[in-house]
Amino acid sequence: MGTVEIKEKQFNEIDKRMLEQIDQLIKTSGMPIIREPKTNNPLWVDVRDLTQRYVIPIGKIYKFFEYLNQGKLIGTKCPKCGTIYFPPQDDCTSCRLSGLTTVELSGEGELLTYTIITVKPLSFMHYQDYIVGIARLKEGINVLAWVNENPKNIQVGMKVKLSVAKREPEGYITYELRRT
Amino acid sequence: MSNVAIVGTGHTKFGVRTDVNLQELAWEAVKQALEEANLEQKDIEMFVVGNAGGWSSEPLSAIAIGEYCNLAPKGTMRVEAACATGSAAIRIAYQAIKSGEAKVALVIGVEQMNQSPHPVAVEMMGRAGNYFWEFENFGLTFPGYYALYATRRMAKYGMKEEDLGSVAVKNHYYGSYNPYATFQKQIKMEDYSKSRVVAYPLKLYDACPITDGAAALILASEEVARKITDSPVWIVSQGFASGTINLSKREEFLTIDASRVATEEAYRRAKIDFNDAWRYFDVADVHDCFTIAEIMAYEDLGFAKRGEGHLMAGNGETYIGGKIPVNVDGGLKAKGHPIGATGVSMAVSITRQLLYRAHKGTQADIRNGMGITHNVGGTGHYAYITIYSTRKPSA
Ligand SMILES: [Zn+2]
Repeated sequence: MGTVEIKEKQFNEIDKRMLEQIDQLIKTSGMPIIREPKTNNPLWVDVRDLTQRYVIPIGKIYKFFEYLNQGKLIGTKCPKCGTIYFPPQDDCTSCRLSGLTTVELSGEGELLTYTIITVKPLSFMHYQDYIVGIARLKEGINVLAWVNENPKNIQVGMKVKLSVAKREPEGYITYELRRT
Repeated sequence: MSNVAIVGTGHTKFGVRTDVNLQELAWEAVKQALEEANLEQKDIEMFVVGNAGGWSSEPLSAIAIGEYCNLAPKGTMRVEAACATGSAAIRIAYQAIKSGEAKVALVIGVEQMNQSPHPVAVEMMGRAGNYFWEFENFGLTFPGYYALYATRRMAKYGMKEEDLGSVAVKNHYYGSYNPYATFQKQIKMEDYSKSRVVAYPLKLYDACPITDGAAALILASEEVARKITDSPVWIVSQGFASGTINLSKREEFLTIDASRVATEEAYRRAKIDFNDAWRYFDVADVHDCFTIAEIMAYEDLGFAKRGEGHLMAGNGETYIGGKIPVNVDGGLKAKGHPIGATGVSMAVSITRQLLYRAHKGTQADIRNGMGITHNVGGTGHYAYITIYSTRKPSA
């Protein structure tokens, strides 16, 4: 399933139902006004919806995505102070140095903490419940990602591996944690 | 530098406020504060609106409120510091008066989160961290962020589910006596244990509700305060700090760094010894958007030793009559957490506590005349600690 089908499915479930409701209200009462069931308070249902999709510049860290596409995960490293950055950034703002070098991450680490998201945000509704964890890698940096594991097998302190994965159903490349 | 006094307070009923719009809601609190201070709009030199915004329809909330409350053409701005927005708004007014720029300033905290559908509100709160690296692909929710702290504490300090529950039970107990609270019913540990998991290990009863509400505060210089009231409450000091936007850049997940840094600053200015801090205060309002947040607050404020905070509520130490009464207005947990109003609501609660004007069943014993608020924005992205006293600050 691609994003088009996903969006269509969501639209049918949520947006379309809402629009139909608005049309119905206008037809019956002349205005998009509903009564809150509990209190009978009148509520105006906005006829102008706000859909927002950001375009986020990634030029300065484009290398990260090139490597990711080749199945590799990198951080950036300041040649002066040696700091490794993840999420990657091209500026070491403490040394005021730009054009940092890249380091391939070992991906080996230990799970610091985790949670299982059962009440999901709107744009994540089409996924099963998911586990979000933070791992501390050998390099001394932390990475937050989904933990692809049965919740029963998870515990704080367990050894994990960070690797490249495909996010389904959209099918784009991202990264995840797994128990080793 | 002038001393800064609170001379008027206002507070609406928190909850689902579909009976009013944003500006009408703000007016309820403003009207109460003006009446308490016996002032008129023309006496207000500036007003600051704490409104995180996005959930409700008016983008220029400060202006919509200014027009409705008859405050224009006085200068204003909307202030945002996530869940610490209200405290940030107080800070602007506090500094204006302290510096002598203004003699009377009005602070309005307001939020109407129920204007947005529930799943959208969950989405917006989840986005309130590092959007690109932590939300876009991994969809953390707000309970999820705090759940990461709770999981870690369970593994590291042996915190139990019941330890979280004891905070919920306490705050619901006091909420039942607060007519402004969203939830005015007590819960049992059994109810807590049975409640639905929202982000493991946090349950519905670990979380504050999505809330509408407003609170207002009138601050005045010492000179003006003396003229209009016999019982000013003084702002002794405020400390503020910030944390990393990426949650993954935090070190241990056992404490909120920004809250500790802000506490140190506030205590240093007020000459309070961290290790004995609880002895100075009669009452505290801390940021309990989730039960785990209140537990960390105990430690970050020096009320409990590191690793022991989760035992305080269960031991009765944070009830009235205990070591230090905390969130006896019901906290965000039971009172509700209208993002922009919360910090102002905390200030109203503590002011009324210090003046023996708290609701029946929620009044702490006031011996030192001092109280404190601890207001965290995001999950430790912002922190504001404010100290209040019935005695005028010495410096
Ligand atoms: Zn450097």
